[in-house]
Amino acid sequence: MENLFEYSFVLRSLLGALFASITAGLAGTYIVSRRLVFLSGGVTHASFGGIGLGYYLGINPVVGAAVFGLGSAIGMEYMSARGKMREDSAIGILWALGMAVGIIFIYLTPGYAPNLMSYLFGSILTVTDGDLIALGIISVVLIVYTAVFYRTLLYISFDENYARTFTRHVDLFRYVSVGLTGLAIVLNIRMAGVIMIIALLTIPANIVMLFTRRYLRIIVLSTVVSFFGISAGFVISWFTNLPTGATIVAVLVLFWLVARGARSLIRSSNIEKLKKTTI
Amino acid sequence: MSILFTIDSVTAGYEEKVVLHDVSMAVEENDFIGIIGPNGGGKTTLLKVILGLLKPLSGRIDYSPGDLRLNQIGYMPQVAQGDTLFPVTVEDVVLSGMMHDRGAMGRMGRTEKKRAAEVMDELGLRPLAHQALNELSGGQLQRVYLARAVSGSPRLLLLDEPATFVDASFEADFYEKLKLLNNRMTIMMVSHDVGTISAWVKSFACVSGKVFYHPHSKITDEDLRMYGCPIQLVTHGDVPHVVLHKHD
Repeated sequence: MENLFEYSFVLRSLLGALFASITAGLAGTYIVSRRLVFLSGGVTHASFGGIGLGYYLGINPVVGAAVFGLGSAIGMEYMSARGKMREDSAIGILWALGMAVGIIFIYLTPGYAPNLMSYLFGSILTVTDGDLIALGIISVVLIVYTAVFYRTLLYISFDENYARTFTRHVDLFRYVSVGLTGLAIVLNIRMAGVIMIIALLTIPANIVMLFTRRYLRIIVLSTVVSFFGISAGFVISWFTNLPTGATIVAVLVLFWLVARGARSLIRSSNIEKLKKTTI
Repeated sequence: MSILFTIDSVTAGYEEKVVLHDVSMAVEENDFIGIIGPNGGGKTTLLKVILGLLKPLSGRIDYSPGDLRLNQIGYMPQVAQGDTLFPVTVEDVVLSGMMHDRGAMGRMGRTEKKRAAEVMDELGLRPLAHQALNELSGGQLQRVYLARAVSGSPRLLLLDEPATFVDASFEADFYEKLKLLNNRMTIMMVSHDVGTISAWVKSFACVSGKVFYHPHSKITDEDLRMYGCPIQLVTHGDVPHVVLHKHD
């Protein structure tokens, strides 16, 4: 029985790591290249309000988080497109409001006080089958969406004004992209945690961008980097009993430092080669 | 010369303010028009109306005289704010100029890559095909955006201040390239630098709420005064130009 439990736990962890990596690769590359890192932080924290509301109403907190995440992502994209408000201020307000709403509702919920820490810092132990299925679905949707509309999405992200000369659907694509990204982020909350998720979205893409500037390669390689980072994080947190999300972040930052070191080594050896050839 | 398209009594602008008032003009095939005028006079707005990006409040653009289609217009927007840190290669940017007939699910195959290679060859960008934009100089970047505008083999090329952020030494080379392109396409180019471009363009259009077409490349203060075109003329010593005075 114990073996079976361990087996399903390993399988669950692996699947969780795989789906989280796919979302980190696809959504992360989009977020980093469009400079939406702060916006993603806002979405994650705003969705905490949905978690609190979910508890209060007695529904699945992830459903509440998904609604809040989707709403805040689209809302922030709308505000920045209209240019009616300073984007960073809007994000800051939504960020704090989401956290406040979440904490108030959890405080108001009678009886059992949910394990807040697991939402803030993430834990693979709390991931349900439903979460895994939802993560699997969003991963597939993201892959198909990116594959089918690859060029259009790339060019809208790069230069929206120019893209308007060849497609009338720039705004539609922007909202769908941001909406899917928001959902992907929220569905990773149970595993990676509200506070840590931003690392999953930014560090792998930044590691890969040290070595290549090709968009497709960044997507693929940051998925691979995420998978190794998350898996290593799981293993280490399992044996050391440390919070999963925090361990993953520490591992990814370590990867990033090593990658930076490797790049400067490559650069200096290239310069040496150049010197030799010119002599 | 035959007419490529006409602007018929176009009034256009934005929510807050009308910028172009009842503008009419006929654009001839293979013309090279320098679009000049004061800031806020409607130069960019005019390009956007021609591109179909901005619907006129009244009047219309008639593309039928030269049987021009919207996907035969190449466009080089003001590039100062382009995000050069975005992870995209020179080849990818040039390929995006061919998205016009491809639809949202457009794929870039061998034919498109071959065409992109031709354009990059023509503009001296071939060795940079796989470089990222942040590795390029200002002059190279400018040629990348020009390559994007012409890779779809347009019949009409619209340029919005293409030389603003480029070293003066690159300018002559850039205009030389435009002159070659003008052999196979009509060009309309917004510029502040009347003195420099008068050596390259065939005619001027002064845009200041209204549009006045001036069918020669020589333009004087009197012309500008007559058109009500309050602009400051800039001259450079190393480029052939007419003697121009500062407008008072």
